Amino acid sequence: MAETILEVSKLTKSFDGGSAVLNEINFSIKKGEVVVVVGSSGCGKSTFLRCLNFLEQIDSGEILLDGKKIDISAKALPKYREKIGMVFQSYELFPHKTVLENVMLAPLLVQKRNKAEVKAEAEKLLARVGVAEKKDMYPRQLSGGQKQRVAIVRSLIMHPEVLLLDEITAALDPEMVREVLQVVLELAKEGMTMLIVTHEMDFAKAVADRVIFLDQGEIIEEEPPEIFFGEPKTERAKRFLNTFHYEALEDK
Amino acid sequence: MQDLGIEVLFKGNNFIRLLAGLWVSVRLALIAMVFSILLGFLLGMIMTSKNRIVRLICRIYLEIVRIMPQLVLLFLVYFGAAKHLGINISGEIAGVIVFTFWGTAEMGDLVRSALIAVPKHQYESAYSLGLNKTQVYLQIILPQTIRRLLPSAVNLLTRMIKTTSLVVLIGVVEVVKVGKQIIDASRYQNPNAALSIYGVIFLLYFAVCFPISKLSAALEKKLQS
Repeated sequence: MAETILEVSKLTKSFDGGSAVLNEINFSIKKGEVVVVVGSSGCGKSTFLRCLNFLEQIDSGEILLDGKKIDISAKALPKYREKIGMVFQSYELFPHKTVLENVMLAPLLVQKRNKAEVKAEAEKLLARVGVAEKKDMYPRQLSGGQKQRVAIVRSLIMHPEVLLLDEITAALDPEMVREVLQVVLELAKEGMTMLIVTHEMDFAKAVADRVIFLDQGEIIEEEPPEIFFGEPKTERAKRFLNTFHYEALEDK
Repeated sequence: MQDLGIEVLFKGNNFIRLLAGLWVSVRLALIAMVFSILLGFLLGMIMTSKNRIVRLICRIYLEIVRIMPQLVLLFLVYFGAAKHLGINISGEIAGVIVFTFWGTAEMGDLVRSALIAVPKHQYESAYSLGLNKTQVYLQIILPQTIRRLLPSAVNLLTRMIKTTSLVVLIGVVEVVKVGKQIIDASRYQNPNAALSIYGVIFLLYFAVCFPISKLSAALEKKLQS
């Protein structure tokens, strides 16, 4: 059995003292595993991902990487984030840097790697996701799909242990969704450990080893995709899945 | 044809004196601007603080500066310092203090709005790549901020150059004062000199401020591409 990379126990988070957005979440992900988190909007799935990278402060609970509790001091946090890649819905490439500069920034600055080696790897990765010829362009000259593929490369070049993908196709035109998801599927095939939040149910079905259904800050279901999409156990999950079938709605 | 008194300009070293006077104005503005930019960046960062009391204090400072005419501030510092603190500062130093006080507030507000215009996710994606706070500011946030700031900062500089003419009222001999001296000195020979001298001063200000705003436009264009 593969080793556990990331482990979360009793993670609780609320905003401004309101009701809990995440309530005592227990979760773990193994090396090479792809876990997809689904749920209706506002269920806390994005917050969950952001907590894992400490972009949101957690109220209580523990997060362990390779069995070690995370030190969240300002000095130690960058070291941890280095190992956790994150890709956002809105790409967030740095607009004042070219594609290549975007990709090379963190390896040079944070990991102090050799420039020639980083450049070679950056070019290789960009070629792999099909944007090699864009390397000297600025983000604004790229389409949404291209930007998102560059953003994935920017995370990958750090050799993260886990990749967090937060609704990475939600801002894309339908025809661009596929080119981005194709990249993610390939990563999954190569054994990249990923935690994915998405609204693309077909994609979730195809890529997931395990699906987590989150509702009102709690994990309601956690099982292989065939079971979750085939015969969900809870009423809430059934209702959620039904919203993706228009005929089913009309039947009611 | 009516005598426009333009020949006064070329009498003795009048034109050189005007240029020297202009340099006094511009130098004052430049010194105050350098301080304003440095302190303004600091203030702008402080103004984005999460602490409400800190923000309130900054807000009050900004409002005071905006409400108070610069002339009143000048008198307050120049005469106030002499009368109540017993410090005899020169008009120029009083000018630098007041225009820095004013420029810092204006610059700080510009920096603040440029900083908050950078989307939150820019910070987040930089942090999630493992950059520390200093690296995020130096590499990601400030370069984007400066781009947004440039036009308004240059605008502030030209405003400052124009406003420094107020120091004439606390006895600093700058371009307007020199002009007045020249007009007064030639009152009998050239009673019409006022129009041409002030006209030349107008052109001098134009000659200084116009290239600066052109430069800013060019820089903005260059930074965009």
